[in-house]
Amino acid sequence: MKAFFSNLLKKLKFNPFSKRSHLKIGLYGPPNGGKSTLANRICVDWLGEEMSSTSHIAHETREINVKEQVTLKNKKGKELTFSLVDTPGIATKIDYEDFLKRGMKKVEAKKRAKEATKGVIDSIKWLDNMDAVVVVLDSTKDPYSQVNITIIGNLQARDIPVLIGANKVDLKRSNIDVIEAAFPQYDVVGFSAKYGKKIEDFYDELFKLVK
Amino acid sequence: MVTFQFVPYHDMEALSSAKRVNKLLKIVKDERIVLMEGRLRKQEEVDLIEITMEEISPKFKGIELSVIYPDKSKQDSLQKIKGAFANVLLGDRTGMTIIGPASVVKKIEQNPDKIELFTKESRSTKRYRKKRK
Repeated sequence: MKAFFSNLLKKLKFNPFSKRSHLKIGLYGPPNGGKSTLANRICVDWLGEEMSSTSHIAHETREINVKEQVTLKNKKGKELTFSLVDTPGIATKIDYEDFLKRGMKKVEAKKRAKEATKGVIDSIKWLDNMDAVVVVLDSTKDPYSQVNITIIGNLQARDIPVLIGANKVDLKRSNIDVIEAAFPQYDVVGFSAKYGKKIEDFYDELFKLVK
Repeated sequence: MVTFQFVPYHDMEALSSAKRVNKLLKIVKDERIVLMEGRLRKQEEVDLIEITMEEISPKFKGIELSVIYPDKSKQDSLQKIKGAFANVLLGDRTGMTIIGPASVVKKIEQNPDKIELFTKESRSTKRYRKKRK
């Protein structure tokens, strides 16, 4: 009900010009899908500087990071300006012992776990602030996880446009077809945020997402 | 030993969203695996994740969640009409929700044809399978 009224108010206040200047595009998804790597790729490509730190250990991003005034230009010269929102990965479980296994000390691991839980809560709370969302998935992993389904289902219920980014296409085990089969109602674009492979396809899809 | 608790639809239908989520979480925190008839609303699913995160502690490490729901795009018009009538009369009991404590359930794998639940109970991972209807 709350989401319905929120969407209704959003629509009533709809002004394409004011909305576009304050456009917020969020990067959502499970931990270690490559959201921060993608955020860095976008910022390096268009602003010349990185945005977030990245790591192989899950839950490296534990706070919402916002980069204002990111401007993309497409081949036709059309510009798209937005605030890029890099969010902590959404998970249903966080065990500090997993961080111990990755070589962290107990105090550090517990702190990371606590911050990670807060990060998940913040990511969920920020859902309503988004104008469009890229759900960043690791294309080498099984996409049929309830977290993915829940995130995408909630974005749909809030009437927020969704693009699914199938990251890590540079890896041999990458399989975009499985992601497309799991979410047939959404556009899926494959790329490697780390190496920039097919990143132009991603930018093209981003323009389509918010047109 | 792994304990499953069945939660029928009529136990949940009259409850508010907050009470539904709290009821399920209470069962899971007692180290039981919930088999709920039907599914939570979309907002309730994120509420469940949010409240789970608030309650994470060294003892409670979170949940594993999975929802089995028939692919309505594969239903013909008659089946859709029947389903809509049944929902109006009886409530939406379609599907099943499985929620387990992360300390017991290692992972729940879901693909279009089956769901597999892996537990942490013994050294060798046990596997329970449920075929989709």
